[in-house]
Amino acid sequence: MKQGVKKNKYLSYLKSWQLYLLLLPTLLYFIIFRYVPIFGIQIAFKDYMPALGIVESPWAAPVFKHFTRFFQGYYAKRLIVNTLVLSFGQLILGFPLPVILALLLNEARSQRFKKLAQTVTYAPHFISTVVLVGLLSTLLNTGNGLINHLLLSAGLIEEPIEFLTEAGWFKPLYIISGIWQEMGWGAVVYMAALAGVDQQLYEAAKVDGAGRMKRILYITIPAILPAMITMLILNCGKVMNIGYEKVYLMQNDLNIASSDVISTYVYKVGILNNQYSFSTAVNLFNSVINTALIIIVNKFSKKVSDTSLW
Amino acid sequence: MKHKNNREDRSVTGNSDRVFDGVVYALLAVILVLIAYPLLYVVSCSLSDPARILTNDIILFPKGFNVESYVSVIKENRLTGGYVNTIVYTVVGTAINISLTATGAYALSCRKLKGRGVFTKFILFTMLFSGGLIPTYLVVSDLHLLNSMWSIVLPNAVGVTNFIIMKNSFENSIPDELKEAASVEGCSDIGIFLKIVLPLSKPILAVMVIFYSVGHWNEYFNALLYITEKSAQPLQVVLRDILISNELTEMMGNVNQLNSESRLAIAEGMKYSTIVISSLPMILLYPFFQKYFVKGVMVGAVKG
Repeated sequence: MKQGVKKNKYLSYLKSWQLYLLLLPTLLYFIIFRYVPIFGIQIAFKDYMPALGIVESPWAAPVFKHFTRFFQGYYAKRLIVNTLVLSFGQLILGFPLPVILALLLNEARSQRFKKLAQTVTYAPHFISTVVLVGLLSTLLNTGNGLINHLLLSAGLIEEPIEFLTEAGWFKPLYIISGIWQEMGWGAVVYMAALAGVDQQLYEAAKVDGAGRMKRILYITIPAILPAMITMLILNCGKVMNIGYEKVYLMQNDLNIASSDVISTYVYKVGILNNQYSFSTAVNLFNSVINTALIIIVNKFSKKVSDTSLW
Repeated sequence: MKHKNNREDRSVTGNSDRVFDGVVYALLAVILVLIAYPLLYVVSCSLSDPARILTNDIILFPKGFNVESYVSVIKENRLTGGYVNTIVYTVVGTAINISLTATGAYALSCRKLKGRGVFTKFILFTMLFSGGLIPTYLVVSDLHLLNSMWSIVLPNAVGVTNFIIMKNSFENSIPDELKEAASVEGCSDIGIFLKIVLPLSKPILAVMVIFYSVGHWNEYFNALLYITEKSAQPLQVVLRDILISNELTEMMGNVNQLNSESRLAIAEGMKYSTIVISSLPMILLYPFFQKYFVKGVMVGAVKG
């Protein structure tokens, strides 16, 4: 009897061999392209030499050499401050706007207008970062850029504004263009959540004498709250991970003081200057903070709201 | 039924309600204009006489309508080369993405698979922590993938978020009874996947195709990292040179018969038509899949 059970257990592994076969390519992918790099992080504590490879390269002496070099270096403070300001600015301004857009769309009674508004607002999401930055540099340049031309002819400014080269403009432009591109797409998630709300709830509230604001507060917002929390956790996870692609493309020698962030620095010292170990150390510092942030926010939200990623 | 409700709505609309509606529409209109105007401006410039762009004549609609800018773009070899590369990378890349994501997610969605909890955690962990730029670069380089299509297509072959959406969708939308019934009829696991699960999962597959292909089409950074050979560069890298580094006038260096003024004008017009030509395929793709979208994402967003 007992043996029979045991036999059955092995049999059930064997029986689903085809499922393991289906899983195999995906697992191989994760091992090769996600876990081998994690194993490679050890070069942050080594003096990596390409000829010796990751394992054979000698340990750095002292082991934290590359980390101390970064924190004692000239750029550390500027990089960390820029990264934090840029990501929190993006989070604080970028998170509520899609919610507001979804609420407005939900209140619009004309279905045709609603559909048009949705289609137009999510269109910029499909534009690539390169094109977005290209658009910024075309519309905002001082020569014949549209924005400066409009401001000049309206008499609002007397000299063209150096949007692209003045350090002070970098962060506002980064955040505003991000909102322009992602607001409509961000609202899609909430619209999907609202599509599932029972319309009878609104009818019942109306009968009870609840006004439009009340209905939004007590029906619409609770309906999208789980989605909001999930999005918030996901956005917090991106805090240290701001899209280096866009920052790198918007960066130039003149705005570098406010556009230099950790991820672009990792790219520059790593790929352009070939300092593999140092770059990996800086990157690791960044990832650790990032991971800690997601875990903390997730734990917090689990406690407060029952919504969590895992 | 819906119509009737709307009519009732209107009949009881009070004064404060009308003000509320007014505010809602006004705010939406402002948002719409702010988002649509730059797009409209780009399209208008691309369809205008290039000289009129330099003199800042265009405010809303095209001036001196012509398609010269588009003709010049099509003649630009580096741009068309990049376009072709991107089409190839997008098609091959998306095919790999979908195959790996669907097979893996299906296997992990089956309750009878032993150890699926461990495998799922193994995959989820990579969302929390990753090797980072240089260690990943070293893997790609050690596998001798640099400067080949595979360096773009393989390192991101499965997106973890997409994988989870797909897995949840399989768990929620395919009843276990259906799989059991097929299995009793003598259908193998792979047979069930191919003949029953995939045909039933068209909406979520469509959503995955959009997510992945938009990612490939707009891919820039991996190409910057892994591809240094000009002939293999995808569209976005060429676009960067044209739109941000302003290399168009240099690229056109061989067109000697033009004076510098009109060369500048053509280069300016080409920027706008380049933006339109390079972004259009993705924007056009979306409405095609839109009907599946809400359904597909809703099914995948809920934990199984």
